[in-house]
Amino acid sequence: MSNTHVDLSKRHSEKPTFSAEKIAEVQALIASYPEGKSKSALIRILHIAEEEFGGWLSIETMDYVAEILKIQPIEVYEVATFYTMFNLDPVGKHVFEVCHTGPCMISGSDNIMDYIQQKLEIKVGETTKDGMFTLKTAECLGACGYAPMLQCGKKFHEHLTKERVDEIIAAYRSGEMPK
Amino acid sequence: MARKLLLEHDDVPGIETFEVYRKLGGYRSVEKALKTMSPEQIVEEVQKSGLRGRGGAGFPTGMKWSFLAKPEGVPRYLLCNADESEPGTFKDRYLMEKIPHKLIEGMIVSSFALGANLSFIYIRGEYMWVLEILEKAIAEAYANGFLGKNILGSGYDLDLRVAPGGGAYICGEETALIESLEGKRGNPRMKPPFPAVKGLWGCPTVVNNVETIAAVVPIINDGGEEYAKIGLGKSTGTKLISASGNLVRPGVYEIEMGMTVEEFIYGDDWCRGIANGKKMKACIPGGSSVPILPAHLITKTAAGEDRLMTYESLSDGGFATGSMLGSGGFIVFDEDQCIVRNTWTFARFYAHESCGQCSPCREGTGWMEKVLNRLEHGQGNMRDIDLLAEINKKIEGNTICPLGDAAAWPVAAAIRHFREEFEWHVTNREESQTRNYGLLKAPVVG
Repeated sequence: MSNTHVDLSKRHSEKPTFSAEKIAEVQALIASYPEGKSKSALIRILHIAEEEFGGWLSIETMDYVAEILKIQPIEVYEVATFYTMFNLDPVGKHVFEVCHTGPCMISGSDNIMDYIQQKLEIKVGETTKDGMFTLKTAECLGACGYAPMLQCGKKFHEHLTKERVDEIIAAYRSGEMPK
Repeated sequence: MARKLLLEHDDVPGIETFEVYRKLGGYRSVEKALKTMSPEQIVEEVQKSGLRGRGGAGFPTGMKWSFLAKPEGVPRYLLCNADESEPGTFKDRYLMEKIPHKLIEGMIVSSFALGANLSFIYIRGEYMWVLEILEKAIAEAYANGFLGKNILGSGYDLDLRVAPGGGAYICGEETALIESLEGKRGNPRMKPPFPAVKGLWGCPTVVNNVETIAAVVPIINDGGEEYAKIGLGKSTGTKLISASGNLVRPGVYEIEMGMTVEEFIYGDDWCRGIANGKKMKACIPGGSSVPILPAHLITKTAAGEDRLMTYESLSDGGFATGSMLGSGGFIVFDEDQCIVRNTWTFARFYAHESCGQCSPCREGTGWMEKVLNRLEHGQGNMRDIDLLAEINKKIEGNTICPLGDAAAWPVAAAIRHFREEFEWHVTNREESQTRNYGLLKAPVVG
C-alpha cells in the first residue's frame, strides 16, 4: 500500500495544458473505449501527464486530467495515490529506481545501491542538487534473470556493475540515452 | 534442447515483425479457427489439451472458459493478464518483447472462442516499452486484416487494445485487474459474483495469463490431443520458466513438463548449475509466493524420488516438504545467501503491495516486515520467530484475495526449513548487524 498522501504545498504555478498533439493522443485514447467507459483511460493518461509535466503529478495536473475525463478530482487522486509508479512530489530529470527485492538482492543490488548513493552523493529518496537525478528503490520490476537492475523512465538497465553504473550516469549527464 | 511451442523462432531476427512471423507459419491458427471451426470446437480442443492457467494457480483453462456466462445481447470480454509482477517471474515479458504476434494470434483465436469483440491486454506499467512493441504489432495485425472488422472474411470482428497499470502487484489478481482496467484503485472484489458472470463493466469476462493465451496457438494448430501428449499426467504441454538468482545461465526457458529439476538446474542446455562454482543452498520454484525448499528437497522429494518439473511433483509432500510450480519463477540461492534477509525482502514486497482493503493483510504484512527487519538487523529475539508463525495464521484465509496467503506462506516455509538461520540472527546480534550484505556467516543448512 502506498504511504504517500497529497502534499498541498507542492503546486505547479500555472495550469498544465497538453499540446495540441498530446490532446489528440489523449482524445483518441478515450475514444478507444466504449461510450461511457472513458474513465478506463485514466491510468494511461496519468502516465502521459507525468511525462509531459515534469515527471510528477501535481494537484493541478490531476485536476486537469479530471477535467478532460469529466470525472471528479477525487477519482483521480485516489488512483494516483494507489499506484506506486506515480510521483506525487517533484523529481529530478532522471529517476533511478533500483530494484531490491529477493532475486535482485541475492544478485548484488545492495552493493549497486551503495555505489549509486556514493556516486550521486545522495541517499534513497533524494534528488541531486543539480536536479538531474532522483534515487528510489523499487520492488520487483520483472528483470530477475538480468539482475541487478534499475529502471529510468521507460528504460530498464540490466546486468548492472559499477562500471555500467558509471556509463549510465555519464550518458544521462551528457544528454544521451545510455546503451 | 526440447521442442519449443511458444518460443519457437525466438532467435530469428525480425520475428517481432508481422512479415517474418507470418512467413514462419504465424497466424495459421487464426485461419484454421475462423474458417473451419466453431467457437465450441475451440473450447473443446482447449479442454482436451489439459492446458492449465500459467499465471500461477494452474486452473484448467478449458474449464474456466466453459464457465463464461453468455446472456443475450450482453458483450463478453477477454482480458489478457500481462501484469507479471510476482518476484522471480519475467517469462511473459520475454514472450511479448520477442514474439508479440504469438500473443496477438492467441488473443484472436481465444476471443473468437469466447465470443468477445473487444479484448484487452493489461500490462504492468513498468513494461511500457513492451506495450509499445505490442501496439506496433497490433497495428500490423490490423493492417493485414487479422484484427478489425470481418477478419479474413469470416464475419468476425475483433478490436484489441493494450492498457497499462501503474505499478501494483495486486492488479495481477483478476478482479483487481478488472478494477484497474476500469480506471480505479486495484482493490480485489468479493467473489461471487465471479468475473465469468460479472467482470469488466459488469459483463461476463475471462482473464487469462499471457502464456496461457499463447499456448492456445499450438493447441489449435496441432489439436488438443497432440498437445496433451507432451508433458506428464495432468501437467500437459510446455511451460516457460523464468530462472534467476545464482545460476550460471539465468534466463527464460521453455521446458517440456516432466523433466527433472536436477537436469533443469545443472543441464548444459539449461541453467548449467550454480554460478562461481558454489553449491546450491535453496530454491524457490514458482515465484516468491511459493514455499522455499532447501537444496536436498528441490532435486528429490522427501521419499527420495526425482523431483520433476510438473505441478504435481513440485507440490509432492505438501507444504511440509514440497512447494509449488506457481508461475514458474525459479529462484536459486547459492550457499552464501542469507535466507532471513531474502525472506525480509519478500515480506517488505508484500507489505508494500497489499492494497490495504482487508485489515489482516494490511496490518499483518506490515508486522511481518517489521519483525523480519528486526531479526535481520540483529534486533530480534527468539519469540519473534514464533510471533511470525502466529501472524501467518491470522492472515491466511482471512482476506478477500490470496495476497495475504502469498505473503504468509514464504515466511512460514523459510522458518520451517531454515529455523537455525533465524535463531543465529538472534544469538549473533552483533555479527548480523555488521556483516557484509550477501555474505552469510550462519552455518549452511541442507
